[in-house]
Amino acid sequence: MTQYVVLSAILFTIGCVGVLTRRNAIVVFMCVELMLNACNLAFVAFARQHGNLDGQITAFFVMVVAAAEVVIGLAIIMTIFRTRRSASVDDASLLKY
Amino acid sequence: MNLLSHSVLLPLAEGGASHAPVVAPDTAAGGVFDLLWLVIGLPLLGAFLLLGVAPFLRGSLKASVDKHGHLLGTATAVLSFVLSLVLFLSLLGRDAEERQVGQHLWTWFETGSLRVGMDLLYDPLAALFLLLITGVGSLIHVYAIGYMEHDPRRRRFFGYLNLFVAAMLTLILSANFVGLFLGWEGVGLASYLLIGFWQHKPSAAAAAKKAFVINRVGDIGLSLAIALMFATFGTTDFGGVSELAGEADQATLNALGLLLLLGACGKSAQVPLQAWLLDAMEGPTPVSALIHAATMVTAGVYLVVRSNFIYELTPVAQTAVVVVATVTLLWGAVLGCAKDDIKKALAGSTMSQIGYMMLAAGLGPVGYPFAIFHLLTHGFFKANMFLGAGSVMHGMNDDVDMRHYGALNKAMPVTFITFAMGYLAIIGFPGFSGFWSKDKIIESALADNLLVGLLALLGAGITAFYMTRLMLMTFFTSKRWEADVHPHESPKVMTVPLIVLAALSVLGGVLLLGDWIVTWLEPVTGHAEHHEPPLPAIVITLIITAVVALGVAAAWFLVGKREVPREAPQDVSFATRAARADLYGDAINDAVVVRPGVGLVGGLTAFDRGGVDGTVMGGAAALGGISTLLRRVQNGFVRSYALSLLGGALLVVLALLAVNLG
Repeated sequence: MTQYVVLSAILFTIGCVGVLTRRNAIVVFMCVELMLNACNLAFVAFARQHGNLDGQITAFFVMVVAAAEVVIGLAIIMTIFRTRRSASVDDASLLKY
Repeated sequence: MNLLSHSVLLPLAEGGASHAPVVAPDTAAGGVFDLLWLVIGLPLLGAFLLLGVAPFLRGSLKASVDKHGHLLGTATAVLSFVLSLVLFLSLLGRDAEERQVGQHLWTWFETGSLRVGMDLLYDPLAALFLLLITGVGSLIHVYAIGYMEHDPRRRRFFGYLNLFVAAMLTLILSANFVGLFLGWEGVGLASYLLIGFWQHKPSAAAAAKKAFVINRVGDIGLSLAIALMFATFGTTDFGGVSELAGEADQATLNALGLLLLLGACGKSAQVPLQAWLLDAMEGPTPVSALIHAATMVTAGVYLVVRSNFIYELTPVAQTAVVVVATVTLLWGAVLGCAKDDIKKALAGSTMSQIGYMMLAAGLGPVGYPFAIFHLLTHGFFKANMFLGAGSVMHGMNDDVDMRHYGALNKAMPVTFITFAMGYLAIIGFPGFSGFWSKDKIIESALADNLLVGLLALLGAGITAFYMTRLMLMTFFTSKRWEADVHPHESPKVMTVPLIVLAALSVLGGVLLLGDWIVTWLEPVTGHAEHHEPPLPAIVITLIITAVVALGVAAAWFLVGKREVPREAPQDVSFATRAARADLYGDAINDAVVVRPGVGLVGGLTAFDRGGVDGTVMGGAAALGGISTLLRRVQNGFVRSYALSLLGGALLVVLALLAVNLG
């Protein structure tokens, strides 16, 4: 049981650091997915521990949302790449004070 | 001090038997008295047509109204006079107890326990005023037809005059203090409009403003008095207040009396609110005669006499009235001695004569009839002299400087003779109207308090001096005319009113025959026990006449026997310089009111800018600065947003943990 949670925490941290440090939008995106899956892992693990299905159902919901998010997100990244010839998140910094 | 403590301080000390009669305006109206409202209504209609309708007319109709509007204005005044005469005769036919007629027109406003009606009260006091206002008013309307003949705005002038007459009649006829205040403000407005009638002259515009502003000070007194009446008695009807006044406590009554006096001081140009009257002479001369001599400025005297039910109960306020009056009668007389402007000399004299009326009004029931008597005779002879002065100016190309007159008795015989009648009346030449009225006032003052009486006597001497000076400089002595001036007699339309007024100036004394006016006013002012004067009446009369003769002789030797310089001499005594500068009335106002006021406003403005604005604007600026700093957080880098998101999430988690564990 503990191992699952620890693994989930490690995966989440990796994703988190990735989001904060990487500039390539695709990689940032993958890290976000990593964090979501770490959460899914934790949900499933806790569902098993508590012996009910709530966590598992939530995991399905997260997957659905993640899939939708990927569709939108990748489309945005594609568009940005087409216009700016770059997928760096730091380049797209026009919307500011 | 010994003299003062005699009885001015406590005029009612002995007995207190003289209680003011209660005003009971519901004594059977009906008959001709139903037309009472029309006395006000006629001039009001005239004002409305001339001021409210005429400006919207077009074409030839407008031209004809502009050309003949003065006839309408005069007609309403004359009709109003005829009606007043009829009403007066009807009142004369009634018994003394039934001489108070009320007319309820409509309820003006009603809120809570407060109810103010448009009520009129016609009693012996109002009757006399009605005759004076509409009678002298009509004569002055007629005179103004000639005087304003070449003025392109004559229609408007007559509209204003009608407005004034309507407002003055409202003031006199109203049966409660709120209605009186309506008229009070109305005459103030008309006075303002008429002083500033020649608004292209900056001096006239300034004088109008000055009169308006100083009058506001007095009006504050009157409005506070009315508010105090509401609070104390719950009504402002003369009837209600006169009934309940006896139950109020002394402090309230004193406050009421003093506040009403403040109001009277503003309207009647009494010290310390006297400074506006001399400047008010900037208005056309008929205005000076009607408003600033015969009627409006006497409204203060009317107010004091009308409020006798309050003054009877407050010796403090009565003493204040006497003191103010005595100071003013000397103040005005001194001003009259030094002025070279004929209208300003007459204005100083008006101030002084109103001082006499106020003095009489301050003496209580003994004085009220004589205050009104002098008010009436003064209305006649002063209007006469003002119109005479206007006639002189008319012939002298509107020059007002008496040093440019001289020897006009041949050039303007009618003006001269009528003016002389007014002159003899005002100095108190035996037999003329002023002789009777002033004599009675000085006699009553002497009986009441020796010091006040002697000062009033001194005033009579000074009056004789300055009026003789005016007379000599204008009609006698050598010709000092400007080169292009050709004095001529004024047209009939101007001289006929002069003749009528001169006749009244001579004959005004008949009102005193058999103490008629005293008996007539008794239902209003109450019965007076007569104080015995310190000397027999005939001796006092002789003394007054002697003092007057002394004043005339002094003027003859100082002015008549000498060559009058065309320019006012500059190397004169301090007293003359002070009098020429209105006894520093403006300087005093400036030092006491204007400069502290300006300083206060300056201080408040600085506090507003620095303190209030500083706090508000400073706070806004501080918030703006912080916002500018915070704005930097929005730097456009997605990853820094993610970091703050993470930080926030961590904070939330930590907080949850702290709550759960703690």
